[in-house]
Amino acid sequence: MTHDYDIAVIGGGLVGTAIAYGLAKTGQRVALLDEDDRARRASVANFSLIWVQTKGLGMPEYSDWSRGAADLWPDFRNEIAALTGIDLAFSQPGGFHLCLSEAEVDARASQLARINVQAGMSPLPYEILGHNAVREMLPDIGPEVVGASYCPLDGQCNSMRLFWGLHTAFARLGGHYRSDHRVESLTASEGGFVASTAVGSVAAGKVVIAAGNDSRRLGAMVGIDAQVRPQRGQVLVTERMKPFLHYPTITVRQADEGSVMLGDAIEEENPSLVVGTDVLAKMADRARRMFPGLSKVNIVRTWAAQRVMTKDGCPIYDESREHPGAFVANCHSGVTLAPRHAQTLAPLIASSRVKAELPAFGTGRFDVSTVH
Amino acid sequence: MFRRFTNRPEQGVTITVDGREISAKATDSVAAAMFAAGITTCRTTVVDARARGPYCMMGVCFDCLVIVDGIGSRQGCMTRVRDGMVVESQKGRREIGR
Repeated sequence: MTHDYDIAVIGGGLVGTAIAYGLAKTGQRVALLDEDDRARRASVANFSLIWVQTKGLGMPEYSDWSRGAADLWPDFRNEIAALTGIDLAFSQPGGFHLCLSEAEVDARASQLARINVQAGMSPLPYEILGHNAVREMLPDIGPEVVGASYCPLDGQCNSMRLFWGLHTAFARLGGHYRSDHRVESLTASEGGFVASTAVGSVAAGKVVIAAGNDSRRLGAMVGIDAQVRPQRGQVLVTERMKPFLHYPTITVRQADEGSVMLGDAIEEENPSLVVGTDVLAKMADRARRMFPGLSKVNIVRTWAAQRVMTKDGCPIYDESREHPGAFVANCHSGVTLAPRHAQTLAPLIASSRVKAELPAFGTGRFDVSTVH
Repeated sequence: MFRRFTNRPEQGVTITVDGREISAKATDSVAAAMFAAGITTCRTTVVDARARGPYCMMGVCFDCLVIVDGIGSRQGCMTRVRDGMVVESQKGRREIGR
């Protein structure tokens, strides 16, 4: 059977679009099937960090995978700029995780030590710094900042430009983006797959499910158990300010255009997208204690969004045993991992080597009947 | 450009705008006092540094932002003058701590 496309990627967020772009680079004919602008995207709500220092406890492969992504970012930024003219506002000065108590410092030190003693991974460069050392790099911190962890691999970008840049690059390479194509059903058919939408069907030789929190529904149609759940987060954005914060922190960062973003909330089992002043007030209070000079700054935007979270917080990359050619890619860190998805994962999907090359990221790790 | 509607007697106050002393009426807003003193530019925009002045005079447009007593991004049209108040025009983006 001849298919419309070699591969259909379901999900036009940061994860799906990075993969679709990477597949188009390998010469595949690619369709990117997306919902409309009302989709509950994690991609349009994220914090724009390229973050390594908290990743991979329990799965050292994820630490290496994230670190490799951070290493790929400079070339990736240049590649997108050359192809599209879009500046992703990438910088990699290293990042801080600020702590407001000795207990928080101890927790950070312990987590980083536990990540780094895992067998088979390259140890991360990092430092646990006291107040004075932090203040040398972040002069506006307040007296309540007891210390911080610092990792020189961490960075940031402008994730809206990343979203735009990936879509533009994908289109430049001849990829076909289809909005308003929410996939209602996915069926294996004649050596390929048919994705049915309200506006017609798309047939492709392979299919990649990168549909965020909708991946569980779609995966079940092709024998993949993509165990992801929505995890709510909220963000506050200030008016634009003159540059003062030259390093990202995990909860407070200054965007290239001057706004300061505050994000410090993890809420389970709350499907709402309505912001709540209870949580926002706590976020603002912690930010004010970290940077007292923010106390009187105006907040101009807030939002709530749903992260895409797996049971262990690590990505899922797999191919269906029941229906080979059907892949799943799901993760929380679509910004950090964008170059990995485009440059490493996409070629592995094109050559059907995901299971062979990335066994640690398979869905089998959540299977209670599997004996490890 | 602007002149006062009435010369009804009213208590006067003095404020400084970018170091210049101006006289105002006690019921003036900062924006009205600046207009009455002939000052029509109060800030420059955060993106491309264009001059801006008070426009709506009713708290909606946010074009009258000034630094009042060291605190940035105050709406001049919504802030009542006070004797001795120090007003500065706001150049571009706000600074941390003020």
